[in-house]
Amino acid sequence: MSPPDPRASDARAGRAKTTEDPAWVRFGLIVIVVGFVGLMLVLPLIAVFAQALAKGVQGSLTALADPDALSAIRLTLLTAGIAVPLNAFIGVCAAWAIAKHDFWAKSVLISLIDLPFSVSPVVAGLAYVLVFGLQGWFGRWLDAHGIKIIFAAPGIVLATIFVTFPFVARELIPLMQAQGRDEEEAAVSLGAGGLTTFLRVTAPNIRWGLLYGVLLCNARAMGEFGAVSVVSGHVRGLTDTMPLQVEILYNDYDMVGAFSVAALLCLLAVVTLVLKAGLERLQPQLSDPIALQDLRLRR
Amino acid sequence: MRIARRPSVIPGFGLTLGLSLLGLCLVVLVPLAAVVARSALMGWPAFVTAAFSSRAMHAYGLSLSAALIAASVNALFGLVTAWVLVRYSFPGRAVLNGLVDLPFALPTAVAGVSLAGLYGSTGWIGRLLAPLGVKTAYNEVGVVIALTLVGLPFVVRTVEPVLRELAQDVEEAAASLGANRFQTAARVILPALAPAWITGFALAFARAVGEYGSVIFIAGNMPYKTEIAPLLITIELEQFDYGSASAIATVMLLIAFVMLLTINGAQAWAGRYAK
Repeated sequence: MSPPDPRASDARAGRAKTTEDPAWVRFGLIVIVVGFVGLMLVLPLIAVFAQALAKGVQGSLTALADPDALSAIRLTLLTAGIAVPLNAFIGVCAAWAIAKHDFWAKSVLISLIDLPFSVSPVVAGLAYVLVFGLQGWFGRWLDAHGIKIIFAAPGIVLATIFVTFPFVARELIPLMQAQGRDEEEAAVSLGAGGLTTFLRVTAPNIRWGLLYGVLLCNARAMGEFGAVSVVSGHVRGLTDTMPLQVEILYNDYDMVGAFSVAALLCLLAVVTLVLKAGLERLQPQLSDPIALQDLRLRR
Repeated sequence: MRIARRPSVIPGFGLTLGLSLLGLCLVVLVPLAAVVARSALMGWPAFVTAAFSSRAMHAYGLSLSAALIAASVNALFGLVTAWVLVRYSFPGRAVLNGLVDLPFALPTAVAGVSLAGLYGSTGWIGRLLAPLGVKTAYNEVGVVIALTLVGLPFVVRTVEPVLRELAQDVEEAAASLGANRFQTAARVILPALAPAWITGFALAFARAVGEYGSVIFIAGNMPYKTEIAPLLITIELEQFDYGSASAIATVMLLIAFVMLLTINGAQAWAGRYAK
């Protein structure tokens, strides 16, 4: 979260009148912003819970206890359980190579890591169909060996890894660049090996940043829809994740069911935001991976 | 290794770079290459027929124009939101600050069904607007609403840090030279924010062009009317027309690539300014 603004205390002390907006402007702008955020974000959030609880808490819980819903929850947890640690590992590797070393075409590598942010999730799903699908590059070979990737859980996991690929790396690269190399160089000169240096020196410095990246990566992994929808094949109770289950129930006009699963995902989002705010308080330089850090990175 | 520009005493360069490149190639680059390869396989005439059919052109047009409107709305409100968050202290500011990031954490399908429920003719908002003859769901307006939601945080989060670091003495100087608040904002503050503002706009736009989950529930998905480009890809896929799907996806990739270059350029500019 933001550090206390000196201007605010100046204003309270009656100083800095020249750079302070008139009261009616302040009031007006705050009302506009609260209204906009309320209409665009808070109201949809409330609407989800209202529709989930349309038949009471019991109705909502019954909908969640449905075998298909439970299997969707399991698949979502499994997918995030594989995709997040894998991306965390690659993200740490990439950040170590990029932040602690100088090499040719570094900014190209950073741009390529960013690529999944700007590719439509549907295109990502299609890409995996073209590689692993029956008509794809490895389709025949996989089929002959009885391995099913597309329209099965492995495809869902792969597509999720694609869309969440940049999160951890994007969070760690600027953080590790800002921390410099002095501590690692000191450790190495005192005889520590690479792994020891990472575990004893770097890891304590980046733990909150890593957790922050993992948190956002996890939120996206559990909530991904477009990419997963293309590779899933929508086999009920087998290849549906929670967001896909929301779509299926919604199209079945099972509103309580759809919005109950949606409410569970909303809770996940709210918990993510609360934890994220807590981490920002612990380490103020952490911020949204997409916006602020790019500015720092390219200075 | 000749790749290292200046040898660092910190070990593990080859290993970590190798692993990251391997992951990048397997997860991102090879699959994307498959899309381009599949559409190259079609031959030029077939590619043009599939990628630039009138239905596809309409879908690009809707995706791009709705994204443009949504990003513009977010540019305006995002600037005001960043201003309010940085400059004013008021009760609930921390909550507002946290809420702005909700679209980063909220699954797009959830946003989609929720908006469709709200703005449909029986929804809380749709019901209010229906007597006025305003239809907000299952048409282009619905697409713009959904894209505005998913792009909301970008402008706020790019403008905010620059605004926070903006030296206050410049504003004081402007004021002491006789500028009123409006003149200071228009002539001093806005120009300094411009690069970050444009970066945020471009990020919101890029996100909106490829967006799928939040849109399909509220759009109505009528061919030639409210069908966005990513949806058309899934429709081609359902008919097992992998060539056409790849051709449209290649055009989308091209748009994404141009956006990436624009964003990088804007950020380089913003980075220079922020110093």
